[in-house]
Amino acid sequence: MDFSFTEEQNMIRDSLSRLIKDQYDWETRNKVLASESGWRPEMWAQFAELGILMAPFSEEDGGLGGNAVDVMVVMEEFGKGLVVEPYVPSVVLGGGFLKHAGSTAQKENFLAPMMGGEVVLAFAYAEPTSRFNLNDVTTTARANGSNYVLNGQKSVVLGAPWATHLIVSARTSGDRFDDSGISLFIVPKDAAGISTRDYPTMDGYRASEVYFENVEVSGDDMIGAEGSALPLIEKVCDEGIAAISAEACGAMEIANADTLDYARQRKQFNVPIASFQVLQHRMVDMFIEQQQSMSMTYQVTLRLEEDEATRKKAASATKVQIGNSGRFIGQAATQIHGGMGVTDELRLGHYFKRLTLIDTQFGNVDYHLRRYANLAEGVVKAAAE
Amino acid sequence: MNLDFSPEDIAFREEVRAFIEENYPEDIKGKHREELTKEQFLSWHQILGKKGWSVPSWPTQYGGTGWTPTQKYIWSEENARADTIMPLPFAVSMVGPVIYTFGSQEHKDRFLPGIVDGTTWWCQGFSEPGAGSDLAGLKTTAVRDGDEWVINGQKTWTTLGQHADWGFFLCRTNPDVKKQEGISFILVKMDTPGVEVRPIIMTDGGHEVNEVWLTDVRVPVDNLVGEENKGWTYAKFLLAHERTGIAGVARSKRGIERLREIASTEYDNGKPLIENPDFAEKISKLEIDLTALEFTELRGLAAVAAGKPPGPESSLLKIKGTEVQQRLTELTIEAVGNYAAPYFRGFPEEGGNRFPIGPDYAHHALPEYLNMRKTSIYGGSNEIQRNIIAKAVLGL
Repeated sequence: MDFSFTEEQNMIRDSLSRLIKDQYDWETRNKVLASESGWRPEMWAQFAELGILMAPFSEEDGGLGGNAVDVMVVMEEFGKGLVVEPYVPSVVLGGGFLKHAGSTAQKENFLAPMMGGEVVLAFAYAEPTSRFNLNDVTTTARANGSNYVLNGQKSVVLGAPWATHLIVSARTSGDRFDDSGISLFIVPKDAAGISTRDYPTMDGYRASEVYFENVEVSGDDMIGAEGSALPLIEKVCDEGIAAISAEACGAMEIANADTLDYARQRKQFNVPIASFQVLQHRMVDMFIEQQQSMSMTYQVTLRLEEDEATRKKAASATKVQIGNSGRFIGQAATQIHGGMGVTDELRLGHYFKRLTLIDTQFGNVDYHLRRYANLAEGVVKAAAE
Repeated sequence: MNLDFSPEDIAFREEVRAFIEENYPEDIKGKHREELTKEQFLSWHQILGKKGWSVPSWPTQYGGTGWTPTQKYIWSEENARADTIMPLPFAVSMVGPVIYTFGSQEHKDRFLPGIVDGTTWWCQGFSEPGAGSDLAGLKTTAVRDGDEWVINGQKTWTTLGQHADWGFFLCRTNPDVKKQEGISFILVKMDTPGVEVRPIIMTDGGHEVNEVWLTDVRVPVDNLVGEENKGWTYAKFLLAHERTGIAGVARSKRGIERLREIASTEYDNGKPLIENPDFAEKISKLEIDLTALEFTELRGLAAVAAGKPPGPESSLLKIKGTEVQQRLTELTIEAVGNYAAPYFRGFPEEGGNRFPIGPDYAHHALPEYLNMRKTSIYGGSNEIQRNIIAKAVLGL
């Protein structure tokens, strides 16, 4: 057993943390968020230059030969700085699909330029009434000769306003909730028939509602085999869970540190409020939640390549931990900051918002508790048989 | 002991319900507080003023209704049911009772009618950047100069102060005594030179509270309410008044109904979310908490009706009431799923009209959750409330 980081991973952490410190200060970040585009393509180019967009890909694919631990390192730093650039949509999800199931041509056309930062990906999967269920797909892809025609609506597609290409889940056969019959396509966002409505999210990202109206895609742009994309989607979303869990840990670290600072400085009744035992205990609990979250993030990161049932359980267990801890820490940090905690003047509120929405991303506590229970039940049943 | 409403109570409920239905202004129906103009905010208050129902809890000689506790309970239930925008507490529940209890006849004649008829907007100047939970540590000073008080200092968390005509301020008038004993309660017209109201933007993006800066603000000595240096007593009296109704039981009941409606509309695995036993159980747990709170409040009301003064037990209502309100907003976020994310204020399309992304009920879910965090902080934080119970009730 070894929980240490490689030299490369330590280097990534150091240079990324420096870059964020130098060029992602709070004022700059807020200016960028309020701008029309809401991100900085030049920042993305710098991330590419730093190598983090190619870190988790094999050398064969043109990457640096890293793995999920590299992603964890990156995302923890992103969480500390509340970096909004689309690492999860483009690298973890988009890159993940191409890495696992992309054809040679797809890797060449999309993965390599994604690592260079020229292609930016977003994953369009949720629909207006699908909630967190990945198999609830009503968007259709009808075969038309060697092409497919896409129709449907995708909801809250994170990073879509910044994307050059979308990866879309669509039904090539079967009924609405069938596990089989779901296929994946990569399409240029400016393809005829795609329209979007872009908007900011409460936590500072940009997202879109994406409408597909008779969008013609080539059969060559299907990722993986027809009708069998669900296991792949689940795997990549589990990798997304690992990534945003690391991000949450970074955000928790700052929320906790800011709370400790505030409690030490803020005086009421002539003493720092940090001297009150009831607040001390709450801050201890915040620390414990952060530690447990970090541990679960290690756990899922190290289990992503194990068998399907182990991976799924690890991802769901982590998501439950992160959802509960994020809520506890966000609420407790706000409470200890008093009135200041509910204003936009401190950065804390932004960490609280991100932690809150991380819970809804890829399924909330309830969803993953149920998924975990179903998997655990499955193990019990199999043992009994 | 019984739970039945008398025939008179039932008739009263019918009367109230019909009145609300017929008179509640169309243009504010279903609107969120922050969408309202000052005039819209005051419109229901003014209608109630004409009817004689704007200050039910006041003594009848000043405009109160003389309702029984049961009738007041029905009144708040019916308003919650219809989702009305009620008169703000600053005038009706705070400064009004201080004025009719401690103010001079001239104060009563001058200020009470504007509160009853809803033409004067009052705001509160209590907290300061350095005086929150430790309110008595406030530093804003009022120094006597001939026929005037000269006020200097900074107040904060002044809710909706941007609309206020008048404010009631706690100011230090004697720095040389125990901190609670040198505070006075002074009324300030908000357009007096030297008063500056600056917005504070909240995490939900809204402008609800303000800083109020006071620089050499001169007000007539007559604006002092009651006795000089007795302001702390009046503040405590006022905060006890603020506490009644702080449990928000009727509103939370309506909130649970609304949550059930959302959960019936939202889909989970092809079925309404409300049919998911885990989620249904969470709503039930919350409703059970609320039922306990409701009966705790009713027991308190019964005691007050029997002539006992409201005691420190009211801290319990504040703690549990705010916990229920906050939990309600948590569950609403869970219910709306992915559509909690879009930020309606930031939406550039269609000139700021209705926000068309996702279902209507989702737009305010996260802002409301963020906003309601304030409830366990304001009016004496829940930690302070627990200290009060520990000391005053348990004798620790």
